[in-house]
Amino acid sequence: MRLILIFISAAVVNNFVLAYFLGICPFLGVSKRLDTAVNMGFATTFVMTLTAVITWLLNEYVIIKFNLPFLQTVSYIIAIAALVQFVEMFIKKSSPPLYRSLGIYLPLITTNCAVLGLALFASLREYSFIESVFFGVGTGVGFTLALIVMSGIREELDFAEIPKSLQGVPITLLIAGMLALAFMGFAGLLSV
Amino acid sequence: MADDKSLFSVFKNGIWTENTITVIVLGMCPTLATSNSASGALAMGLAATFVIICSSAMVSMVRNIVPGGVRIAAYVLIMATFVTVADFYLQAFFPEMSKVLGAYVALIVVNCMILARAEIFACKNGIAPSMADALGTGIGFTWVLLVLSFIREILGSGSIFGFVILSENVFNPWVVMILPPGAFITLGLFIGGINYFTKHRGASR
Repeated sequence: MRLILIFISAAVVNNFVLAYFLGICPFLGVSKRLDTAVNMGFATTFVMTLTAVITWLLNEYVIIKFNLPFLQTVSYIIAIAALVQFVEMFIKKSSPPLYRSLGIYLPLITTNCAVLGLALFASLREYSFIESVFFGVGTGVGFTLALIVMSGIREELDFAEIPKSLQGVPITLLIAGMLALAFMGFAGLLSV
Repeated sequence: MADDKSLFSVFKNGIWTENTITVIVLGMCPTLATSNSASGALAMGLAATFVIICSSAMVSMVRNIVPGGVRIAAYVLIMATFVTVADFYLQAFFPEMSKVLGAYVALIVVNCMILARAEIFACKNGIAPSMADALGTGIGFTWVLLVLSFIREILGSGSIFGFVILSENVFNPWVVMILPPGAFITLGLFIGGINYFTKHRGASR
């Protein structure tokens, strides 16, 4: 039950993009078209799940064991960068079509603050291994969800008449505000 | 003399012409997350300014030693080191503030603004211009953060820096302004307003 709660909480109630403001850059940058948004969402979910696993192991068996809290940020960022590099090499070898469709998005995930944020939040809340994995998957699903909803709206927006000063980033932020309002409605689902 | 002037123009560039938040639109995450109270915004602005100045100076110092292939990794390491310093400093001397900002201090490391300054400016310039550029960028970041937090804190809880300005019986606070949607909407309108005054005034109608 606790696992399901963690999953739902990370995916919709405390959506990383709309409630914690993590991963705003890709959220604004890659949400112009639906298909790229879907690809980016899946790539990120994949990396997030692996990140949750790796950083949990790192935290448990290196940082806590040898009492090195000052290395947490540094080691997480290196672990994530290395992980993304490995995933990229692996996908390139094993599935070239997938590699082509993900393209530039894979390396960009390294600088996605949602990935580092996920690792930091998981260690801050002292999740167990299984809980971290569920948290990682939930966060990825939430990110994908927000990205897909946003890109759907932005595709329609091409046909709307927007005041000149609001075109581009401002209107996207305003829509994100509305989405965040809508997602606040999920808060009644649980009180974690 | 000419050198002084160019230092100043580099500095001014970061504050207004190429302001990271309003013009280049980088570093959105901390902007949105910590602008719900003026004191949080100030702490975040100062921490980010400290990190960006130190890491720009450091990047500029090592720019001729680090091979091109691993430069991004090296920059990220430098930034992570200074972020850890800032994080531990806050934890030791301002435990309250550290609790409010939480993981967002550690997240300065993935703030694209700092990496962007290292990549665009500090790796090609000497220490003095890099630090001027970093100071400008940091101040540019801080003032936008402060303006946003003023708007949000006054409307959302009727106070500034925790001092009550509008008491509850005169003004009913708009709670939504200190919640996530308020951040998106305030920043959207703010950038829209700046666009209106800098680019489209007169031309838009």
